[in-house]
Order: sequence, then C-alpha cells, then structure tokens
Amino acid sequence: MIDTIINITLLAFLATTSVAIVRMTNLFAIVMLFGIFSLLSAGLFVVMDAPDVAFTEAAVGAGISTVLMLATLALTRNSSKTPYTEASPAHRPWLPLIVVAVTGAALVYGTWDIPSFGDPNAPAQTHVARYYIENSIVETGVPNMVTAVLASYRGFDTLGEVAVVYTAGVAVLLLIGGRRPKTAVKLKDKGEQDEA
Amino acid sequence: MKPNLILHVVAKFLIPLIIVFSLYVQFHGDFGPGGGFQAGVIFSAAFILYALVFGLDAAEKIIPSQWLHMLAALGLVLYAGVGVVTLLLGGNYLDYTVLGATQIAGQHLGILLVELGVGITVGAVMLIIFFAFAGRGRT
Repeated sequence: MIDTIINITLLAFLATTSVAIVRMTNLFAIVMLFGIFSLLSAGLFVVMDAPDVAFTEAAVGAGISTVLMLATLALTRNSSKTPYTEASPAHRPWLPLIVVAVTGAALVYGTWDIPSFGDPNAPAQTHVARYYIENSIVETGVPNMVTAVLASYRGFDTLGEVAVVYTAGVAVLLLIGGRRPKTAVKLKDKGEQDEA
Repeated sequence: MKPNLILHVVAKFLIPLIIVFSLYVQFHGDFGPGGGFQAGVIFSAAFILYALVFGLDAAEKIIPSQWLHMLAALGLVLYAGVGVVTLLLGGNYLDYTVLGATQIAGQHLGILLVELGVGITVGAVMLIIFFAFAGRGRT
C-alpha cells in the first residue's frame, strides 16, 4: 500500500519535472531539473528494491553529469541571447501529435503482456536468475548477489565495461584535454578585453 | 572571486566524510549495495566538490593530471592482470577460484581486486573528464 503511494508520488513528480524541462528555456534551470529527475528515478529504483542501480543513478545521474553539464554551460555562452532569430514553425503540430499518440498507445498495449512486477514465473526469472539465487552464495561466499554476478559470473563483461569507461576518458583527453594552442588563448584574452 | 567562508568550512567538513563513504562503498560492496563503479564516482565527487569550492588549480595540485592518467590505466591493468594471473595459475581467464586455497577464498580475493580496479579506473576517468571540461575555459 505504502509502496503504491510512494510510486504514484514519485511518478507524478517525474512527469512534472519532464514537462517543466520541455517547457523551459533557461539552460541552467534545465540542468538542475535533470539532476532532480535522476534523483527521483533513484528513489523509484529504491522502492523497486534495486539499491545498487539507485546508487549508480544518484551518483552518476544526479551528481557527476549535473556537474559536467554545468561545466559545459560555463564553457558556452548563455543562451538568453541567441545569435539568430528562430523561424516560426512551418509545419502543423497535428500529424506529429497523432504519430506520438498512436505509438504511445501501441507501447501501452504492449505492456499488457509484460508479466507483473516481481512475478517469479516471468521469463526473465526462470533461466540464469534461479541459478544465481540458489548457488551464488555457495560458490562465491558473497552475500550481495549483484556483486557476485557483476564481478565473478559476468567478470568478462565488467572488464569490457571498465575498458569502455577508460576509452571514454582517453577520448575526452584527446578531444579537449591537454594544452590549448596559443592562438586560441590569445583570442580568448582579446574577447575578455572586449567584454570589459 | 571572493572566498566564501561558509562554503569553505562546509566543504572541508564534508570532503573527508565523502571519501570515507566511498571507501566503505568500495570495500563493503560484497555485503551491501555498492561496488567499484559507485565508489569510484563518489570518490571523484569529493575532489570535484573541492575543485568547485577551492578552485581548479588547488585541486590539480592535490591530484596532478599525470597521476590521473596513470591511475586510469592502472585500474584497467589491475583488472586484466587478475585474469592473466588466473590463467598462469591454471584456471580460466578471470576464474578466481584458483587464487585462494578454497573456492570461497579465491572468489573473495578475486572480486575484491577486480572491484578495486573498477573503482580506481572509474574515479580517475571521472576526474579526468571533469578537469578536461572545467579546465577548457581557463587561459
């Protein structure tokens, strides 16, 4: 009962946040709302008994990516004065609206066949999950099944994930890390003087 | 920018707690929620908070970029190295059972080392990305 109330409240907040994100034009406020969105999702994951996922969502989604987006905002100019005037939309909104409504209705229709949450007979629970539940603590001695699966049974997958994270870091370094060419620095100085 | 006394005091109070919590998440991941990914992110969050409050230069003095580059690679090498060690000990790649006297001990040691590698790489890469973004606008 209490779960249902919390779920409905969190989902209502999520919907409100997403509508607010779509309707806003202030990028700073949008970044803040993205953080709130991630935090609400983390709350939902906790209610669904997935604290590991909630942990990651709260740390990465609400924490790091908010900071990174703020850093990006600080690099780019404030959007309040766009250098171009936005053309009035030429198309009519009805066709896209119908497409979205039909697609959404199809997706909702599809959810009717999804097994209910936590159903032990769901296809996802009947293959390897049962083996992990019955054997993971005997074979690895690790009480947290998520860690056992992540680090031991699927160790090779996780190695690949770490390699992906490392590659992302290297790519960022190659693209925007390191020393900047002197001309760019000079141009930046000039721009700041012009502003002053 | 004028130094903000309240921010400085609160940050100095919070940063040790964040680091201790990240270590708890790292090494308690076998028993509770958490693990290398989360711990690495939380660990880097402590330094990002420091950089936000005290400035990027002060933060780069604490963790120089060269260290971060090496740490990011070190974590990945540690993970892959555990796999190579298990190969040399006669097991399959990343089969931790051969690392210890019993299966449980081997699995425990393997998971601990692997999660440590994940944590080091994730924490270092998060800081690398943050420094790259935040340092871009400086002259």
